[in-house]
Amino acid sequence: MSLIQEARTRESMLARGATAPPATWSVTEQPWGWALAALLLIMPLIANGFFLIEIFGTTLILGTIALSLMFLAGYGGMVSLMQLTIAGFAGYMVAVFGVSGNANISLGWPWWLATPMALVLAVLFGTLGGALAVRTEGIYTIMITLAIGAAFYYFTNQNWAIFNGHTGINTIATPHFLGINWRTDIAFYYLILVVAALCYFAVLYLSRAPFGLALQGVRDNPRRMAALGFNVNAHRIAAYAFAALIAGLGGVLQVWNYRQISPGSVAVERCIDILIVAVVGGITRPVGPYIGAFIFVILRTFALDFLVKVGLDGNRFRLLIGLGFLAIVFWSSDGVIGLYERWRRRGQQKDAPPRSGGHGHG
Amino acid sequence: MDRVADRLSALGSTAALELRGVTRMFGALAALTDITITVRPGERRAVLGSNGAGKTTLFNCVTGDFLPTSGTIRFFGEDVTAFPPYERIRRGLRRTYQISALFLGLTVRDNVYLACRGVSRARFSMLRPSVNDALMQAAERLIEAVHLTSVRDQLVSELAHGQQRQLEIALALAGAPRFILFDEPAAGLSPTERRELVEILTALPPHIGYIIIEHDMDVALRVVESVTMMHNGRIFKEGAPHEIESDPEVQELYLGGGHE
Repeated sequence: MSLIQEARTRESMLARGATAPPATWSVTEQPWGWALAALLLIMPLIANGFFLIEIFGTTLILGTIALSLMFLAGYGGMVSLMQLTIAGFAGYMVAVFGVSGNANISLGWPWWLATPMALVLAVLFGTLGGALAVRTEGIYTIMITLAIGAAFYYFTNQNWAIFNGHTGINTIATPHFLGINWRTDIAFYYLILVVAALCYFAVLYLSRAPFGLALQGVRDNPRRMAALGFNVNAHRIAAYAFAALIAGLGGVLQVWNYRQISPGSVAVERCIDILIVAVVGGITRPVGPYIGAFIFVILRTFALDFLVKVGLDGNRFRLLIGLGFLAIVFWSSDGVIGLYERWRRRGQQKDAPPRSGGHGHG
Repeated sequence: MDRVADRLSALGSTAALELRGVTRMFGALAALTDITITVRPGERRAVLGSNGAGKTTLFNCVTGDFLPTSGTIRFFGEDVTAFPPYERIRRGLRRTYQISALFLGLTVRDNVYLACRGVSRARFSMLRPSVNDALMQAAERLIEAVHLTSVRDQLVSELAHGQQRQLEIALALAGAPRFILFDEPAAGLSPTERRELVEILTALPPHIGYIIIEHDMDVALRVVESVTMMHNGRIFKEGAPHEIESDPEVQELYLGGGHE
């Protein structure tokens, strides 16, 4: 009742021990979570090189970049369209500081020096962009981050000294260590899998740590957060910095995957792709972006053949993605994850009262 | 000799909250005009006045949501006029909102935990709290103090209105509050819940002072020792509850006409 009584209950509470925080939804708690993890681990036994890298590897890379958007949008309520730009910037930096076919530009640093440098610069880029974006809310955040993305795209197109203009940088070296060429299909797949898993679990873990909880508080009610003693803008900028690290990791993997980078890799429609991937999968859970990325990659890869088969122009694969996007947004604002959870809850409802989905907002 | 005593007694007698000539303009409209208020540590005061009298604007100036157009605000002797809200909160100021300002997408426990974390260190901690985390336990005790233990794992959006009001108060009690601003805490509460609210307010430790905005006189005048009447952004009258209640001018202006 009162603070005085409250102090008296302290001892009993200490003895009982505070109960654990409520369980969070994660892949490892889902019936299919372990099965999926096992499947991803033995994938090289099942899939050939094309599927391993072009489908699953690309999905995990794209999903990781979209995960950085999910972190900002789902937990922080900040829709940033510059996440691919940060990834692309990290990729460019790997090319510029590392070894590539453009010896006049690349500084030739070894990968273990060029990669951390690229990540540090990407975090700096994301932090500065975030510091600009947090002064605004809602649609203005989208506009500012989109403007940063567009500006970077045009800059890379026109700058020849560092970004080599519209031709970009080619034959970028990939890492060799422990006697392994990490760009061979199987080694590269596992490298991607490890980085993606680290990012995924880091986001999942952080969502229940003070930093992540505070971010969700900022999403729900920034004014109240300030009235609880939080520096709201500092929290938002820190979130941008963390998201930039994830996007940067995705960007490094991306540039090792294609071994070249050009303005086309950071074009505005690529930035929008990341938004589509995150929204289609669902921005309320870290697993959403990976699901979205899988759907996106499957469509991008096979829609062409499919469309040609039914007598349409194969370049219209974006039409399919667009229609799928419309359908998902129409039926579920939480993307595929939202559809799945509703279906699952309907199953549970028969024997138990529904427990709400958790961190959803909108 | 006397002067020594005067000087010594003046040492410890800093006001909890001291407003000097605070004016807040919205364009050409003066929401607050020349407000001067001194509240002692531990003092409990009601701010009364009809809608638009400037009560909530006064709170917003004290917490720093709005900066005053002119005037100074001191909190326990420190000039906080230009401080951002979070700096004032970290110094022991708290507030509740007329319309609950909660984190609807989080559980009750997370809401209270955030309140405890906000006024302590490591707000940016990337490590999950352990089971024995002191703040987690402080949150548990606060939840128990406002009778929300049974719903602590529920999302705040699922709570009943009365429970949300209880949580609103719990968030303001986190940490070590020195002074609290309650903005219509009884809004929308049932008679039983009102009694409970009065109980919580009167049971607060004596060193915690507060200002309460409340239209329900049964609540307001029972939990305070002094009253400030506001009208059109100015201080209209100050006094003890019984003086204000029996003041003919006040009755004319507020208790008689405008009171619903």
